[in-house]
Amino acid sequence: MFTLDLFLNAVVAGVMLGGFYAAVALGLSIVFGQLDIVNIAHPAFIIAGSYVAYMVNNAFGIDPILIGVAFMPVFFLVGVAVYGIYYAGFERTGRESLAGLAFFFGLMFIIEVALILTFGVDYRLVDAPYIGETLHVGVVDIPLRMFVPFVTALVMTGVVYLYLAKTFTGRAILAVSQDRLALRLMGASPVRIKAIAFGIGIATAAVAGALLIIIGPVEPSFGRLYIGRVFAIVIMGGMGSIGGTLIAALMLGVAESFVQTFYGPSWAPLVAFGVLLLTLAFRPQGLFGRL
Amino acid sequence: MSQPSNLGLGRMMLAGIMMIAFAFSPATAQAPSDDPIKIGFSMALTGGLAGNGKAALIAMQIWEKDINEAGGLLGRPVELVYYDDHTNGADVPGIYAKLLDVDKVDLVVSSYGTNLIAPAMPTMIRRKLVFMSLFGLAVNERFNYERYFQIMPAGPHPAEDWSRGFFDIAMKQDPQPQTIALLATDSEFSKNAVAGARGHAERLGLNIVYDNTFPPGTADFSPIVRAVQATNADLIYVGCYPPEAAGIVRAANELDLKAKMFGGGMVGLQYASLQESLGSMLNGIVNYDFWAPEPTLDFPGVKEFLEKYQAEAEAAGVDPLGYYLPPFAYAYLQVLGDAVNAVGSLDQEALAKYIHETTFDTVVGPVKFGENGEWAESRALQVQFQNIKDNDLDQFREAGKTVIVAPEKWASGEVIYPYRE
Amino acid sequence: MKIAPFWIVSILLFAAGTYFAATVENQYYFFAGYTILQATIMATAWNILGGFTGYVNFGSAGFFGLGAYTSVALYTAFEPPLIVMIVAAAVVCGLLGLGTGYLTLRLKGVYFAIATLALAIVLETLMINWDYVGGSTGAYIITPERVLFFPTYIGYLFVLMLVLAIAAVAIARYLNSSRVGRGLAAIRDDETAAECAGVPTLKLKLLSTTVMGALMGVAGAPLPFFVTFVEPVSAFNLLVAVNAIAMPMIGGTASWIGPIIGALLLGSVQEWAKVTISSEWNILIVGVVLVGFITLAPRGIVGLVQALRQKARANGPATA
Repeated sequence: MFTLDLFLNAVVAGVMLGGFYAAVALGLSIVFGQLDIVNIAHPAFIIAGSYVAYMVNNAFGIDPILIGVAFMPVFFLVGVAVYGIYYAGFERTGRESLAGLAFFFGLMFIIEVALILTFGVDYRLVDAPYIGETLHVGVVDIPLRMFVPFVTALVMTGVVYLYLAKTFTGRAILAVSQDRLALRLMGASPVRIKAIAFGIGIATAAVAGALLIIIGPVEPSFGRLYIGRVFAIVIMGGMGSIGGTLIAALMLGVAESFVQTFYGPSWAPLVAFGVLLLTLAFRPQGLFGRL
Repeated sequence: MSQPSNLGLGRMMLAGIMMIAFAFSPATAQAPSDDPIKIGFSMALTGGLAGNGKAALIAMQIWEKDINEAGGLLGRPVELVYYDDHTNGADVPGIYAKLLDVDKVDLVVSSYGTNLIAPAMPTMIRRKLVFMSLFGLAVNERFNYERYFQIMPAGPHPAEDWSRGFFDIAMKQDPQPQTIALLATDSEFSKNAVAGARGHAERLGLNIVYDNTFPPGTADFSPIVRAVQATNADLIYVGCYPPEAAGIVRAANELDLKAKMFGGGMVGLQYASLQESLGSMLNGIVNYDFWAPEPTLDFPGVKEFLEKYQAEAEAAGVDPLGYYLPPFAYAYLQVLGDAVNAVGSLDQEALAKYIHETTFDTVVGPVKFGENGEWAESRALQVQFQNIKDNDLDQFREAGKTVIVAPEKWASGEVIYPYRE
Repeated sequence: MKIAPFWIVSILLFAAGTYFAATVENQYYFFAGYTILQATIMATAWNILGGFTGYVNFGSAGFFGLGAYTSVALYTAFEPPLIVMIVAAAVVCGLLGLGTGYLTLRLKGVYFAIATLALAIVLETLMINWDYVGGSTGAYIITPERVLFFPTYIGYLFVLMLVLAIAAVAIARYLNSSRVGRGLAAIRDDETAAECAGVPTLKLKLLSTTVMGALMGVAGAPLPFFVTFVEPVSAFNLLVAVNAIAMPMIGGTASWIGPIIGALLLGSVQEWAKVTISSEWNILIVGVVLVGFITLAPRGIVGLVQALRQKARANGPATA
């Protein structure tokens, strides 16, 4: 059953899926990769982003991606606030490892329940003109429902990457994980830089959420399915590397796509986590990490 | 019972005080005849099945109001006592223990879904209670409990009857289809439904060219649908849950999936929210259903019930049309209530006997149970979506959109075959 | 707590539990009690690795679920007595714990935590695909009407769990207060320094993870008999894992008493919420209580009590 056009389509579908996964993991890559903060609640923020997109799209018919981008500042501020609490409660007192984890666990539940109480548990979907349309390029089918999120994800990843590489604040973020003292000597406040980084991480969740609800229906406990995936991607890509996250996400997307097409989809999650465990066992710094 | 030791005297006194306290607690007070009859159950109000669970609860509360307006049961008012089981089977036995031992309910009914009905069965069997159940697939096959009754109209052999109609239609076509692809979500109902379909396929000598499951949480179905397409199967039978149903239907449209018949056991295509958003993508799909607003199913009372339900549904954030589960949630209480009034008491043995022997008139039509508690005659329908337009929820209120194509007894239209060439 | 009082209290508890189970017909409290005892074992087990040794396990659901499925597999094979299944689960999950212990050679801190999460998901996927134990369709267990002199089956399960919980706590207490415990604490505080001081860190870590694994397996082994219908999603569910972390954190991770306090408190609140508030608020409670406690009372309730005692001592003589 292994034909060329199946193969090509599996690759293309996998790449598009992987691009979307990159958007989902991007925020965590910043927060976990750069700042060593285990924000296990990141998928919950993404679901919150999905619901925001749903609400505005349902009421005003605006394109979900535009909504996501428009809400980035709001999510940014939320991220800064959450970091503030985290810092005051944990980082300053040096208890970040265990207590910090538990803090985000609790936060994840609180977000999920808030969504259930506000929106109920029914599946929500959005409407956009490109959902349902397909491009046909030779033997390859490219559903726009996947393609548009893929392109958006790439753009967002590129923007974040450039920001981190080219601007002062961006470079400060990269620096703060490597050497706090040196950063202070350079005239930047580590706490402020970290708050901005965390805010950016959460801001990406606004867009990632919009992409998620374009691809498929969403309900409040959906985030739990993604916890494992995002951590797998960030670790496989290597802590501290945005490019690594993208490549790991693409690899995961293609691997899942291949397994789904040729072997039987029920083994797909095993593949992802098996690879993760292998990575952790043999090369914990991931592909491009700086450990 | 063992003799309590001296050391145990204090504990015995404590136990005694506790037991006296229980005896005098308000829940067990012997009161005059306006003491309510309590019907207890757990229901999935949060978690994965909550969308349907909450809709069912609304229907049940409408029944509570209706029956009390009509004078209650045995001249006493009826009160529903329920707890949220969070779609978590492990919570169910404890909840029913509380309902029976602490709240002292008089009658029990089930929660929604196999995973939440099955854990309650041992308690029901041990206490010999009549157990009206709401949509569990073949739960009684293991237990063979004679006081279990299932309101889902799957039929005496649920797993096979579920998909029988699909294959009946297929084999009536000329030329007959030869090949079939089977696809299921990795979870209880879907696999059961597809197992039934597999049985039919083997019985009819169809060639199974694809037979796979996929995990819940799959985000993109394009690779799977493409793999199915590559087999060029005549029939495609899918068993899945709502988010996957949406994904599969979309992928089928994006990839221009070709087949003679497509659908089968997709849960979720009966829900208003999905129907509205998938719109014309649904056209041609033949899927299971249990009730649709077609003239052949216009049973007495169902339109009035739906009006009351729809008035409350929007505000509660549940399915606004309510064609799938709510009428049956109303009906399973109807059966119980009618039985109680007819028998004239709460004696479980008499009730069980009566329910086995009687054909009930409910909002979902005449209901008769077979020996194993399932419907004596299957009414698992196959409907085909026809003439659906995009972005129009109200079109689903009219007949002619979810056309019943099988079984013949209830058919309201002709199947459009093939699905797509 | 010294040795003698601990055992006296344990025996009293056992006696009281058995007595109630043998006499009281009202089953509800045994169901609730079973759940709380199960949580106590999980919390105690988690704390051995988490609180004593300092390695966070996110995948408690994996060990618990594996214990439950060991029971299902044996039951499907030849229906042995429950005791046999509990021992088997202890062995299987203990071995898994041992394997997890070797992981710690390479992974520290949060990497270890994520590896355990991945492990739990891998186990769940395996069980979903293993049709012998029912796969995703689930497995039914038929339980007997009565066992020994207990009038209800749940009464028997309750006493069984009580015994297992007492045993788990005794083991934790032993680990905490013995030389082993001091070694574990040294690892928690600074593993490199401990190595340099001659603490056999690898052996102790392996001991820690094996014991934790075995105890969690033991907590999960009776589950199929409690619910009578087992399927992977509820056996490996996230709330079990979260509670396993939340309860010790709320009670206090430094000693063996903390998890018990946390389990009793949080478990009772959850059981109460289940049948009163009865809705999404139950999950909210876990989240809010967890966040509140770790922000405001980092050392848990035990820590709070200790702090109050210290304050009293500090204030006492000065004002005398």
